[in-house]
Amino acid sequence: MFDISLYFIFLLGLSSYYIGKNRAKKNINLITETGGLESHYGMYLVIWTILPAFIFYLIWSVISNYLIKEATLGSIPNDLLPNNLSMQKLFLDSIIVVAKGGSSLSKVPEISVAFYQNFAFYSTLGKSISTISISLISFFIFYKKIDSNVRAKNFLERIILVFLFISSIIAIMTTVGIILSLIVETTKFFQDVTIFEYFFGLLWSPQMALREGQVAAEGSFGAVPVFAGTFLITIIAMALAGPVGLFSAIYLSEYASKNTRKIVKPTIEVLAGVPTVVYGFFAALVVGPFIRRTSESFGLASSSESALAAGLVMGIMIIPFISSLSDDVINSVPQSLREASFGVGATKSETIKKVIIPAALPGIVAAFMLAISRAIGETMIVVMAAGLSAKLTANPLDSVTTVTVQIVTLLVGDHEFDSTKTMAAFALGMTLFAITLILNIYAIRVVKKYREKYD
Amino acid sequence: MTNIDVLEDKKDKLIAKRYSKEKRFILFGRLAISLTIIFLTILLGSIVLRGISGFTTTTITFDVNLDKKLIDPESTNDKKIISSARWRKITRDSIYNVLNEINLVMNGEVLSKAEQKSLVRLFSRSSEYQIKDIVMDDLSLIGKTINVTLPAASEVDQFLKGRIDQSLPEDDRPLNNIQISWIKHMVDNDMINRTFNSNLFTKGDSRNAEEAGILGALMGSFFALLICLLISFPLGVMASVYLEEFAPKNRLTDVIEVNINNLAAVPSIVFGLLGLAIFLNVFNLPRSSPLAGGLVLALMTLPTIIISSRAAIKAVPPSIREAAMGLGASKMQSVTHHVLPLAMPGMLTGTIIGLAQALGETAPLLMMGMVAFIVDVPQSITDPATVLPAQIFLWSDQPERGFEEKTAAAIMVLLGFLLTMNALAVFLRNKFERKW
Repeated sequence: MFDISLYFIFLLGLSSYYIGKNRAKKNINLITETGGLESHYGMYLVIWTILPAFIFYLIWSVISNYLIKEATLGSIPNDLLPNNLSMQKLFLDSIIVVAKGGSSLSKVPEISVAFYQNFAFYSTLGKSISTISISLISFFIFYKKIDSNVRAKNFLERIILVFLFISSIIAIMTTVGIILSLIVETTKFFQDVTIFEYFFGLLWSPQMALREGQVAAEGSFGAVPVFAGTFLITIIAMALAGPVGLFSAIYLSEYASKNTRKIVKPTIEVLAGVPTVVYGFFAALVVGPFIRRTSESFGLASSSESALAAGLVMGIMIIPFISSLSDDVINSVPQSLREASFGVGATKSETIKKVIIPAALPGIVAAFMLAISRAIGETMIVVMAAGLSAKLTANPLDSVTTVTVQIVTLLVGDHEFDSTKTMAAFALGMTLFAITLILNIYAIRVVKKYREKYD
Repeated sequence: MTNIDVLEDKKDKLIAKRYSKEKRFILFGRLAISLTIIFLTILLGSIVLRGISGFTTTTITFDVNLDKKLIDPESTNDKKIISSARWRKITRDSIYNVLNEINLVMNGEVLSKAEQKSLVRLFSRSSEYQIKDIVMDDLSLIGKTINVTLPAASEVDQFLKGRIDQSLPEDDRPLNNIQISWIKHMVDNDMINRTFNSNLFTKGDSRNAEEAGILGALMGSFFALLICLLISFPLGVMASVYLEEFAPKNRLTDVIEVNINNLAAVPSIVFGLLGLAIFLNVFNLPRSSPLAGGLVLALMTLPTIIISSRAAIKAVPPSIREAAMGLGASKMQSVTHHVLPLAMPGMLTGTIIGLAQALGETAPLLMMGMVAFIVDVPQSITDPATVLPAQIFLWSDQPERGFEEKTAAAIMVLLGFLLTMNALAVFLRNKFERKW
């Protein structure tokens, strides 16, 4: 990938810094007239030496990469060309492997191999020569320009600003990337499976596609049991984390002494720093077997993978989210409200219940929503402790499956990327993304509004 | 009783009721906090209890007869011939001889086939390869009898750590009665010892619990974090500088801000889907490589770094900027020469915390194929690799008993790294934090 032309423009760029600097030194009027420094002229020359040539290099690489594949495909003798598009791609890949000096199991036509090698050789040669010449030409042009009192500093700062802007756009690009990749696969999925079946179907059994075109490979993609499992585990988690987190927050912000707060708050926060795979291990090896033993001693049938184990451990995981978010919210309720309530004779707990909680309610709701979105999107705990079978059950001792578990099981391992199975994973991912996005946007907005209200 | 007394009585009762309610409320609060702390203790305690023994392992010391006839009968000293010698037979013969050494079996007495099999099972399956490696390193040993210390089979290790229940019927135990009696004799004769489990830190993954180590996963994590740092730190810092210092107040800036906050809350597995669809299928990056995994981690860490970097930049007082500009610096110079250096400790703190999160992340890397059985330690960012949390996930699925303590030990190593990183972040913050 890194060929000699890149080394060349890099070295030229490096030396052009000093060349530009020296050039600026000789031109006595330059600095006083433009308000720049000598090093600005060095950098100015570096950018003009490297940037255009590098961009040209990248564009050539992308285009030639596309052209070479198309042209090689065209060079394959007609009688050898497979009809199927994905077979053509595989065939092309093996030609490329052979052309690069590897060996392939399938027999490839020598004429195409030779064609590929020729094309690659001339393309690389042309690319190197033109990259180097572009770099040299723009070096000389802008070397001359330093004499004509160009304002290097302004130029440099504008370039930096462009880079700063581009990096802040990356965040949007990520979101766009997520949405695009999810939408593309999801629409493909809904060509095979109707939307109605997906959202209201009661049977989820994506079969393994063993061979291409196998009839039995058509699975059933009714996602209700998967959603139900996610819902069940989230409810269990929130049933534990909601009260515990909220009461911890209330106690810490209203009752605890400063010293207690100083010790207890970071301790609770440790729970948030523990990796989820550790919780998964804990759920699968400690809580799961414990729940099975306990329920068996009560005569209840139970599997070692249960919704209860996964839900409880997930609850432990989200306690710190609820407690620290609620803590912030409760702390931002103005002191005057508390004092007014004490003034009319209310006890502390009455003040909390009748004044502070109602005042903080939107914020607390937002905290709960963020916690729920966290619980829905959590993967490792449920993968390790909840099970794989999609059952429609409300029994917490039964094993259930969740959206994230299904995504993992559908995508981990090697299989064809374009099967309905893998696309189903993207449809689930899309659903997950949409739900968590709605919860997050709402919660973030409420928290923001809330802060403004009391600030 | 007068009316007033009745009222007074009622009032007292009401007050008593209110106070007991108050007490109950406080009790709930205390209960919630103690519950949380108890959960934390059980979580960490159960892992330490399981994992601490994973740092030691059991070895067996015995004599190996390196018979020249079996290794290199023609004295060629050719490594090729030696490496294809009958190492299994050499190892087995020496193992059968072990019982003679401790006088359990009279000389000349031959073990039955079943007994031989039981005996061999006490030694690691890798013994023959290790003996071969010893000889390959020093060819002058051929023809001699050497004393070697090799790992025992995982079952022996688990037995000596008390994890195999002897009261179970013989068929349900991984070790039968005669094996247990041999082990006890070997312990009495000092042939079996507990030592530090160096395999854990010097080897890659293995199917044999006594051979499995986390070095491969550690290297994978290191490479992935390196990629993540190299990409997310510069991008994060540049983005936060733009948003705090240069961005005009307009719609686009608002959209970027909302976007960053939302990205921070997107489930990690969705990032995995993004990586699978874009990095693996569009850009054709090598599957299972730290390069692809690190890119996904970088995208996930970016919001964390941007949010904390912006806070750090905000904390630098405007007077610094104004002073710089008053002396004739441009806006850009005031930022790069003054604001950035002052905000750097805060940015680094945020970056370390972001990297610590990335180190513990598993789900998106599952999608990138970084959960695979990989024996070789990765040497570069494009080699197939696994990461520490993924290794933990893989091991926790292994049915063999010996892997349980390995898993917990690996978790302890992971938690150790996270603790160090967070401590470093706290140290940086305390050392360089300035109150203006």
